[in-house]
Formats: sequence, structure tokens, C-alpha cells
Amino acid sequence: MSATAAQAPQSARPPRPSQRQRAFADRTRGRVRRRRVANTAMTVVLGVAAIVATLPLIFILWHLVREGATALSLDFFTQMPKPVGEAGGGLANAIVGTLILIGIAMAIGLPVGVGAGLYLAEYRRSPLATAVRFLSDVLNGLPSIVMGIFAWQFLVRPVGHFSAVAGGVALAAMMIPMVTRTTEEMVRIVPVALREAALALGYARWRTSITVVLRTATAGIVTGALVAIARIAGETAPLLFTAFGNQFWSVRVNEPIAALPLQIFNYAVSPYDEWHALAWAGALVLIILVFLISLAARFATRARFGGMGD
Amino acid sequence: MTPADIVDVEQEEEGFAARLSGANIGDRAYRIAITLFAVCVPMLLLLVAWEIGVAAWPAFREFGAGFLASSTWDPVRGIFGAAPAIYGTIVSSILALLIATPLALGVALFLSELAPPWLRQPVAFLVDLLAAIPSVVYGLWGIFVLLPLLREYVMPFFRDTLHLGATPLFSGPAYGPSMLAAGVILAIMVLPYISSVSREVLLAVPRSQREAALALGATRWEAIRGAVLPYARSGILGGVILGLGRALGETMAVTMLIGNKHDISASLLAPGYTMASLIANEFAEATGDLHLSALMAVGFTLFTLTLVVNAIARWLVWRVTRGAGVAR
Repeated sequence: MSATAAQAPQSARPPRPSQRQRAFADRTRGRVRRRRVANTAMTVVLGVAAIVATLPLIFILWHLVREGATALSLDFFTQMPKPVGEAGGGLANAIVGTLILIGIAMAIGLPVGVGAGLYLAEYRRSPLATAVRFLSDVLNGLPSIVMGIFAWQFLVRPVGHFSAVAGGVALAAMMIPMVTRTTEEMVRIVPVALREAALALGYARWRTSITVVLRTATAGIVTGALVAIARIAGETAPLLFTAFGNQFWSVRVNEPIAALPLQIFNYAVSPYDEWHALAWAGALVLIILVFLISLAARFATRARFGGMGD
Repeated sequence: MTPADIVDVEQEEEGFAARLSGANIGDRAYRIAITLFAVCVPMLLLLVAWEIGVAAWPAFREFGAGFLASSTWDPVRGIFGAAPAIYGTIVSSILALLIATPLALGVALFLSELAPPWLRQPVAFLVDLLAAIPSVVYGLWGIFVLLPLLREYVMPFFRDTLHLGATPLFSGPAYGPSMLAAGVILAIMVLPYISSVSREVLLAVPRSQREAALALGATRWEAIRGAVLPYARSGILGGVILGLGRALGETMAVTMLIGNKHDISASLLAPGYTMASLIANEFAEATGDLHLSALMAVGFTLFTLTLVVNAIARWLVWRVTRGAGVAR
């Protein structure tokens, strides 16, 4: 086929384009222009979508800073909430409560999550690993309120009163699947050569896994843990019926405890202006806390990639 | 190698053969330990299902399948039906997806296909930050900024300027707290999830796919539409369904904005209820065992719904990205 095309006589000078050929060229040019216009239009549309998508964030942050900064003072961190009608007061108990809740969640969620993640990475192809991987993704997508009523039924109902532990367990249940999956990914990218070197030196598999593989992956796991903590720090729904909130100073884990997100919710839906101001200030503090943790997570990642030199 | 290491190896010589045959006691203990941790994950899911299921059982036994279809919710007479909450959950989530999907897909395509490299990281970071904002902060912002905005401008615009007030979708008074408000806040909240999964899926599309289209003379957009999107379609769908899963279970922001009314109304301007917000509102002050059980039954329905939705989403995303994972 191509042979006949090659043998076809080529005229030395191309003939002048006929009427039909010119019409064809015009049509083609028109089509090319249309296609170019469509291309430019879609580029603009997609770019606008990107801008529109970032607008809510900017709006929210702007309002947070504007409304929150005016109500923020040293008192906010050191004082207890004041009764309605009295100006001032702070959320010292809620800030401490949130930190305690995060602590309980970490104490339960981190070991389980890291252990399960290690299993997933070490026994990658076992049927249990496939099931755990899938189920932890599914668990990760469960609504936080479901974790809340679960922890209520599991820990509050039998005991008969709300407690910080129940809140911590609800948060831990949310944390476990997140930590599991990041641990797995981080352990997976540890170079095989490191593992082989340790095994060649006569290390047992378990020692290799803990002292070489896990240690190499630590920075990544810390990142994952920080991301998970940033997410649970702002959770309200799991705490509504577990930690419950507390107007007074309490650091006891078997009693109701105040939490920043809970307090923001209660103040936001209240009819009082002073409380609205406190809600804004609380939201600003909460978001700064969350962003700081996220930022720390980013830096932990960067340090790891910088250190590995690739 | 330091002398200490050599000594160490020599000292462990005895256990070497045993270790090679896999009979090392440390290895076995280690395997059992991490297996136990791994088993915790399915156990946790089972425990959640069991605890909520047991608590929900009295309500399901009392009302049967009618629980899901009846729209009477009367704690005083002890009659409970979850239809308005189920309806509200589904409508607000679908509304959110209708708003968020085009935007999220636009962002993902812009970032993966068109944006100059220096712009990709910052924009992706900004959009991901949306996912870091706690739900209750969205609610707070929604109450004091979004609701007035919707009430003063958006709702009158739809109803009066576009003359849509006669259609059932935009009829009735516009107070602010409404299905529309819930849908808008949910859209903002699920946008980062949809866009980040979509971006991941788009990045998993092989380069050759794009290069082939461009080499045939396609413009950028034609390459995206003809070669990239079809390849990524099911993964993007997975991302959207993942966003749906988030929207269905979102609690605080919706509770603060949807108006919390046991009513099925076609109007987007009317207040409604979702399963999650129903639990959040009534659980702490449930009046009796049956009321509590009915709320647990709502929780169990929500649990089942999100479980199914998430399973479908994961499966779709996995189908696209597994190939990329191996190839990379």
C-alpha cells in the first residue's frame, strides 16, 4: 500500500490549490480556531474553578481572625468561663480538657494503629492484611457521630455517667484506621536493602522490623500521627455524649470534661453576644492549634525526605 | 563495623539456624503481637456494629421496616419514624455533591494537567487546608456569615429575581436555616476530599495516554477529555462517592445550619433534619428507653448506609490506582 504511494509520480512544483482545496483549508482553519477557543475557554473555566475553590478558605480564615482576635486575650487561656451576662472569662478548662482527650486518644490509638500498620506492611499479601486494609478504610469513613454513640453505649451507659475516658476512646476509634494506613505506607517505602542488611548481619526478623524498619519509618509515622491528631483535635460529634463538657475545672478522666470544640458549639448556638465572641475566639484558637499540628506534620515529612536524599 | 557488632553477631551464632527455619521464639512472639494489633481493626468495626445494633434492636422490633418509612417522630406518644431524617440526609448530601463535584473536578484537572508547576503545591495545600478545618468551625462560620448571606442575597435571588418561587424547589419563606444552607456548607466541606482523590487518580493516569493524544494533534483540553478523563472516570466516581460518604455522616455544621425540623419538604429553603443532626440534637435529652433506642436505630441506619457507600467508593478508587501503584 505504501509502496504504491511512494511510486506515485511527484510533480516538481505543487499545483495551485483548487477551489475545493481552498474551501477545505478554510474549513480546517475554522475548525482549528474553534478547537483553540474551546481549549482556551476550558483552561479559563478550570482556572476559575481553582480560584473559587480556595475562596471559602480565605473567607473563613478572614472572619475567624477578624471576629476571633478581638475576643482573644491572655484571660482566654487562663480564666474559667464566666456566667451569662458577665463579660470576659476564658476557656482554660476547655483547652486543658482538649489536650487531655487528645492524650487519651493517643495512648490508645497510636500503639494499636502502628502495630496494625506494621502487620499490613510485613504481611502484605496475607488474607488478613487485605481484609484489615479494606476495613480500616471503611472504618475511616464512618461518621464521627456513630463513634460517639458507640462509645456512649460501650463506656457511658454501663458506668452511668459521662467521662473523659469515653471521649478519648471515641477519638481513638477514629484515629486507629488513620494511623494504621499511614504507618503501612511509611513502613512500605523503607528500602529493602536496609532490611536485607540487617538480616544479613544476623538480626532476627522481629529485631529487624523494630530496630531497623520501624525506626527508619519513624519520621513518616510521626507525620501520619500528627495528621490524625490534627483531625481528631477539632472533632465535636464524638464528644457530645461521652466527654459531654464541663463548666468547671476538671482533669479527672472518669468524669465529664470540657473540650474546646464542644464549648464552641455550645456558645455558637447560644443566644448571647458575649458567648458568640468567645465562640469565635475559641474557633480561632482551635484552628491555630490544628494548623500548627498540620504544619509540624509537613516539616516532619520534609525532614525525612531531606534526610534520605532522594 | 565496630568490634561490638562483631561480638554481637558471634554471640548470636547459636540461634542462627533456628532463626532461619523460622522457629525463633522472638519472631513468633512478634508475629503474634502485630497480628493481634491488626485484628483490633476488624474487631473495632464489629464492636461498633454490635453495640449500636444491640441498642437499636428494641426500636427495630417495635416499628419494623416502617421505622424507615414513617415520618412521625413523637417522643411523647412514643412513635418514631426516621423518614424525614433519611430524606434530609440524602437530599442535603446530593445537593452538596451537585455543587462540589464540578468545582472539585475543575481544581483537580487544573492542578494535574494545566497549572504551572510552581502553582500546584500552594493551591493544592490551600484546598487541602479546607479539610483540616473542624466541622464545628464551619458551623460557627455558617451561622454568622453564610446564613445571613443566603437569607439576604442568594435566596431572594432564586425566588424573586429568577422567579423560581412558584416551583416547589424554592417555595416558602426564606428564614436562613435550610436544606440549601446545609447543602452549601457540606459542599465546601467535601470539596477537598473529592478534589484530592481526583487529583490522585489523575496523576495515576499514564503519561503515555496524554502524550499519545497530544501527538495526534489534540489540544490540551481535547487530550483531557478524550484520553485522560475516560481513563480516570471510575476513580473520580470513587472520589465523588467518598465525598458522599463524608457528607452523609457530617454532623456539627449541618446540625447548626439545617434548622432541625421533622418535615419532608420539597423546598430547599425549608428547614429539615439529617440522621446525624437528629442524633446530635436529641440523644443527650432522650426521654425514654424507646426514644434512645430509636436514636440508636437512626445511628445504625447511618452506619449501614455509610459502610456501603464507603465500600463502593474504595473499590472504585482501588480499581484505578492499583495499576499505578505497581507500575511506579
